[in-house]
Amino acid sequence: MAIFYILLLFILIAAIVAVETKNLLSAVICVGAIGFGGSLMFVFLRAPDIAITQIVVEVLGLILLIRATIARDLTFISGDREFFGTVVSVVIVFIIFLAGVRVFETLPEFGKPIFAENPDTASQTYIEKGLEETGAANLVTSVILDYRAYDTLGEATVLFTSIIGATVILRKKSRKLLEDPDV
Amino acid sequence: MKGMTVIVKTISSWVKVLIVLFGIYIILFGHLTPGGGFAGGVILASSYVLLMLAFGRERVEENLSSALSSKLDCIGAFAFGMIAVLGFVFGGVFFTNFLVKYSQQFNLISAGTIPLSNIAIGLKVGASLFLVIFSLSVCCKNSESDRE
Repeated sequence: MAIFYILLLFILIAAIVAVETKNLLSAVICVGAIGFGGSLMFVFLRAPDIAITQIVVEVLGLILLIRATIARDLTFISGDREFFGTVVSVVIVFIIFLAGVRVFETLPEFGKPIFAENPDTASQTYIEKGLEETGAANLVTSVILDYRAYDTLGEATVLFTSIIGATVILRKKSRKLLEDPDV
Repeated sequence: MKGMTVIVKTISSWVKVLIVLFGIYIILFGHLTPGGGFAGGVILASSYVLLMLAFGRERVEENLSSALSSKLDCIGAFAFGMIAVLGFVFGGVFFTNFLVKYSQQFNLISAGTIPLSNIAIGLKVGASLFLVIFSLSVCCKNSESDRE
C-alpha cells in the first residue's frame, strides 16, 4: 500500500512543477514523469495491459513534445495569470473535489470488486464465461475485441478521422498552393 | 539535418530489429498475454520514430513513404470493418466471433476473430501514428526553412 502513496506524492510534485516552472522543456519532462508514475501504478495494481499501453504512448508523446519544444525558439513562458481565470478555475476545482468526495464514499474497500455482491452483473459474466465464449486467455482482449467491439470500432474511427485531418492540414502541397496561387 | 553520430546510428540499426520483433509479438499474442493491437501498433510506429531521429527524415521516407503508410492505414481500418461485416454474414450479428468454434483454447491460433482484429488494429494504429509524426516533422522542417 505504501508504494501507492509514494507514487501519488511523486506524481503530485511532478504535476505542480510542470505547472509552475517557466522552462518549457522541464515542463514537458515533468509531464513525462507523471505518465511514467501512472504506468508504474498500473503495474502495481496488476493491470499490465493498461500499463503497456500507457508507457508506450507516453514514450512516443514525450519524444514528440521534446522535439517540438527544442525546435522552437520560445522555450520560456512569460506573462502573469489573469485574476478572473484563476478564480474561476479554483471554484471549478473545488466543485469537482466536493463531487469526488461524494463519489469516493460510495466506492467499496480498496481491492474489492465493485459488483462482488450481485452475481448477475456484466463483469461477473465476463469473468465466468469469457474463456469459453471467446476462447481468449486474456480477458481484457476478449472484452475489448469481442464483447465491447463497438467501442473499439468507435476508437478506430476517431483515430482514422483525426489522422485524415492532421495529414490534410500538415501536407506539403497546401503550403505551396498558399504561397503562390497561380500554380 | 542528416541525423546523429555514428554511435547512435549503429546502435539504433541493431535495436530497431528487436523493437519491431517485440511489436509483432505484442500484436500476435494479444489474446494470450497482456498487450494487443493498440500497444503493438504504437511500438511498431516508435521503431520508425527511432530511425527518423537517428538517420533523418529522408532515409525513412525511402523505406516507408507516406503514401504507402496511408495505404496501410486504410487497409487496417478496412480489414477491421470487414471482420465485423463477416461476423454479420456468418453469425447474424455485427461483430460475431464466428470462428471461435473451430479453435482450441490457449493455442496461438485460437479465440476466433480476436487475433485477426488485433492484427488489423495494429496495422492501422502503427501506420497512422507514423503518419502523424511524419507529417509533423515535415511541417517543422517547412517552418524552419521559412524562418531562414
